[in-house]
Amino acid sequence: MSEVFEPVIIGFTCNWCSYRAADLAGTARIKYPPNVRLIRLMCSGRLDPTFVFKALSSGADGVLITGCHPGECHYIEQNYKALRRYLLIRRTLKQMGIEPGRVKLVWASAAEGVRLAEEITILVEEIRQLGPLDWPGKITGKGQVAFLEESPAKEAVV
Amino acid sequence: MTSQDNPEKDQGKRIGVYVCHCGTNIAGTVDVEDVRDWALEKLGDRGVVISRDYKFMCSSLGQELIEKDIQEEKLDRVVVAACSPHLHEKTFRTACSKAGLNPYLCELVSIREQVSWVHSDKVAATAKAKAVLSGGVERVIHHQPLDPLHVPIQPATLVVGGGIAGIQAALEIADSGFPVYMVEREPSIGGHMAQFDKTFPTLDCAACILTPKMVDVGSHNNITLLTWSEVVRVEGYVGNFTVTIKKKPRYVDEELCTGCGICVEKCPKKVIDEVFEAGLGYRKAVYTPFPQSVPKFPVIDYENCTYFQKGTCKACEKFCPTGAIDFNQKEEFITIQVGNIILATGYDLFDGRRVTQYGYGRLANVYTSLEFERLSNAAGPTNGDIVLRDGVTHPASVGIIHCVGSRDRNYNNYCSVICCMQGLKFAHLVKERTGATVYNFYIDMRTAYKAYDEFYQRVLEEGTLFVRGKVAEVTDAARLPGEEGKLIIQTEDTLVGKQRRIPVDMVILSIGLEPRADSREVAKLFGISCSSDGWFTEKHPKLDPVATMTEGIFIAGAAQGPKDIPTSVSQGAAAAARVLGRIQQGEIELEPVRATIDESRCSGCRICNNLCPFNAILFHSDRMVSEINPALCQGCGTCVAACPAGAISGTVFSNEQILSQIEGLLLLNVAPMGGTG
Repeated sequence: MSEVFEPVIIGFTCNWCSYRAADLAGTARIKYPPNVRLIRLMCSGRLDPTFVFKALSSGADGVLITGCHPGECHYIEQNYKALRRYLLIRRTLKQMGIEPGRVKLVWASAAEGVRLAEEITILVEEIRQLGPLDWPGKITGKGQVAFLEESPAKEAVV
Repeated sequence: MTSQDNPEKDQGKRIGVYVCHCGTNIAGTVDVEDVRDWALEKLGDRGVVISRDYKFMCSSLGQELIEKDIQEEKLDRVVVAACSPHLHEKTFRTACSKAGLNPYLCELVSIREQVSWVHSDKVAATAKAKAVLSGGVERVIHHQPLDPLHVPIQPATLVVGGGIAGIQAALEIADSGFPVYMVEREPSIGGHMAQFDKTFPTLDCAACILTPKMVDVGSHNNITLLTWSEVVRVEGYVGNFTVTIKKKPRYVDEELCTGCGICVEKCPKKVIDEVFEAGLGYRKAVYTPFPQSVPKFPVIDYENCTYFQKGTCKACEKFCPTGAIDFNQKEEFITIQVGNIILATGYDLFDGRRVTQYGYGRLANVYTSLEFERLSNAAGPTNGDIVLRDGVTHPASVGIIHCVGSRDRNYNNYCSVICCMQGLKFAHLVKERTGATVYNFYIDMRTAYKAYDEFYQRVLEEGTLFVRGKVAEVTDAARLPGEEGKLIIQTEDTLVGKQRRIPVDMVILSIGLEPRADSREVAKLFGISCSSDGWFTEKHPKLDPVATMTEGIFIAGAAQGPKDIPTSVSQGAAAAARVLGRIQQGEIELEPVRATIDESRCSGCRICNNLCPFNAILFHSDRMVSEINPALCQGCGTCVAACPAGAISGTVFSNEQILSQIEGLLLLNVAPMGGTG
């Protein structure tokens, strides 16, 4: 185990704004920590809460949800649905005994490469403070429970 | 050509992985060879049978590499690790389809914008590139062959905004023989350009070059001109928009009016013209903004009309020779069908009052650029006589302040592009017409583009004085002899390294451009986005400047960002060219990103019904199931995420694909460590 804990974070991005913000951060060569791995959705409204739990149960230490700013959704207002689901996810996590801070919602327009990079940097540091997600068991792709020892991303834990 | 040679769905996949160096753009930070070998070794279990790297995958040689492998190695899935899918997804999909593989069986993962360009640690970047690639491989396994949707394109086009950009766009399309609807919210088309006197750098008169084009629009058989009108509703999608337009009451019957102008002449009510004359002149309560207005029909200003406010007068009605005045006119709603929409809604001027230290609105002889345009215009309130507010005195000295409201953290960070040339134009006009001493106060002189710098040289040679530095204040508080009764410009002269006080008679603020105050509402109405400043966002800042993220909606002119007349005209023409291409093809291919409902699993709970912003979900009360209209569905996927029965699935972004990608990104299925379950 290295001295500094390096969390793994799965980020969900919207095709129209935050994914393009990530592209822009790249084009502008803005640096941020490599701990975040992004998934492109058409809209933050596509975010099924299951995706978040799946990521957390499969080895991610945190999840970043991003979407267009309120009022700027490409699909008119679906980011508001993402906001509602985000609040629901946080509440659910709390009930499950997991720090709600492991999931974060960030609005980022296609022009906000710098902002997205900053938010990622902040989130990585926040998750680093929270430490590895001590998930009691993991659900693998086939819906079976696997033990932590078998999981590659979690060797350091336990 | 699209193939359907993948009937055996769950047969072992044959996936080809291609890792791009992008010169050193990727290879400089990511160990590309390592990623290539790792993919074949660790993802072999997942179906990867070939893994290659290449200097530039997007080059024709790189594409041929993929095509050859598809044919010779019988690949049924392709993953390319290169740049953003927004850049080259289409390139690689096309390559696949050339080789006979359905283009939707190709996945492009970004290891440039999201890895090599944003990380500097080579080990970490290589590890992340592997994770991203693994995510792509897991995802592509669940891809299905798809066919693009074909949507017919209605030949009519809507152009919103009748400034020079909109006029150009409308004329290009109409001249090609296709119908155009032009909607303008003011009583006449012409936009800001109609208010100008001269245009830089050639100094030809704005009206001389603009009004013939306005007349062309007004008389064109293919153009339906709707002025004093606003778009209130936009429904549908590319190729088939239904647009509702509100036609405000003119109180003048356009069928009967001949534009003789007798009503304007006879109207007893004079009001200050805040719009066209920038508050310097008057108009009547029944008016056309300017003599060359198109259309020629006047408008009765409800707020100021004596009849509407007091119940008596009707002078216009009495004198109208054709009985065209109609005080009972109501607003009308018109619905039109169009295939494409061009937004050329222009800009607003920065409010000079916001820079309080320059005294606009407080010190009488501080003018905005638009006020000066009207003052110097031969058809303006003073017939082109440049005088102070008292209406008689000619200024002996004039100070022109550049960058007002632009390039300033307190107001707008951006450069408004036109103000330098505008300031130089004013300097020339003042010099020519009054012989006054002219000072230009500038931060940097930006005279790019054809013949602009030559104009700057010309103004320099004419003897205009240039002071480089930001003006601190304009004041009427005299301190030194010779300052009494003058406006004193307190400024830093950065070339001399001193503070200076320069007394002048008249100050002109070269005001910057701002997005329309309602640009965000307009963007929302048409389903496009705005930059953080409020300018409409183009699809690509360099390579696709007039298209937007929304299919079928194009932008032109200053609505997209500050620009001068030549650039606005070019954009108008460019947007028209894009639309004409669409119309001539007759149909457009759309990505098959759509949601569908499996009726056998739908319980009829109707949760999805209200979630859809496009009203694409219908409920069949007889069968108690919901159904999605594929033509209306835009593929956002909100309903997919919401369906409690999992009855809705989204093509291209299915649950299976996303959940597998999560596993892939977390390296869950990488051999030999984590088992596959």
